[in-house]
Amino acid sequence: MNYLWAFTVGGAICVAGQLLIDLTKLTPARILVIFVVSGVVLSAVGIWDKVVDFAGAGATVPIIGFGHTLAKGVEEAVAQDGFTGIFTGGLTACSCGVCASLIAGFIAAVFTRSKSQS
Amino acid sequence: MRTNKKQYDRMVKNTSPRSRVLRNCVWAFLVGGSFCLTGEVLINAYRAAAFTLGDARLLASVTLVAISAVLTAVGWYGRLAKRAGAGTLVPITGFANAVVSPAIEFRSEGLITGVACKMFIIAGPVIVYGTLSSVVYGVILFVKGRYGL
Repeated sequence: MNYLWAFTVGGAICVAGQLLIDLTKLTPARILVIFVVSGVVLSAVGIWDKVVDFAGAGATVPIIGFGHTLAKGVEEAVAQDGFTGIFTGGLTACSCGVCASLIAGFIAAVFTRSKSQS
Repeated sequence: MRTNKKQYDRMVKNTSPRSRVLRNCVWAFLVGGSFCLTGEVLINAYRAAAFTLGDARLLASVTLVAISAVLTAVGWYGRLAKRAGAGTLVPITGFANAVVSPAIEFRSEGLITGVACKMFIIAGPVIVYGTLSSVVYGVILFVKGRYGL
């Protein structure tokens, strides 16, 4: 049942992104920015927690989940450290995904030849 | 129904963009849903390996990033993206693809001005505005906590 919800909710979020691509002139970078900021806002008002509760990865794997991670991180950090938490919370929480992407990008660049040049 | 060529052309024009949008949405739903399903399977696998839910989610993200990097490097992700659109853009695999793909493409411009700069050409704005909105939220939380508004 969890799997079904993860698939359906995750798919539905992607459909929302697809509608933005097809029906507006927004570029991929803008769409990703809109989604990540929406993720922070939806988490701040408490909606996204509920979606994560029943959809699991369907709510955390889309880039909105990245915003959710940022918001949760800053919540915890401000509760724990007060003022400095405002600065550390977001980036600390999303460091895992960003660092993994960075490592993957570097390794791929070093060991792969660009197809467009051959 | 009888139509002449002109009417038929107009009918095609009226119908085809909508069906294209529908087809794109079906692809986005199936492919995006599959990435999320994979994420859920990974989370459960890591939880079964005695990780906490938080760690399992992080490790699932790292695994999806690695999968996306490999698919990007062999060129399959780009081919899938042509059909699946937002289904390959919106999941975290799309974020990883946005990092890995320019890193590979600009390798010829060097490790610093090529790979390292171009890596964040799309991911950069996501991190910048994501972090900024988390800071705004942090300020709100801090003020709320301090002054009990």
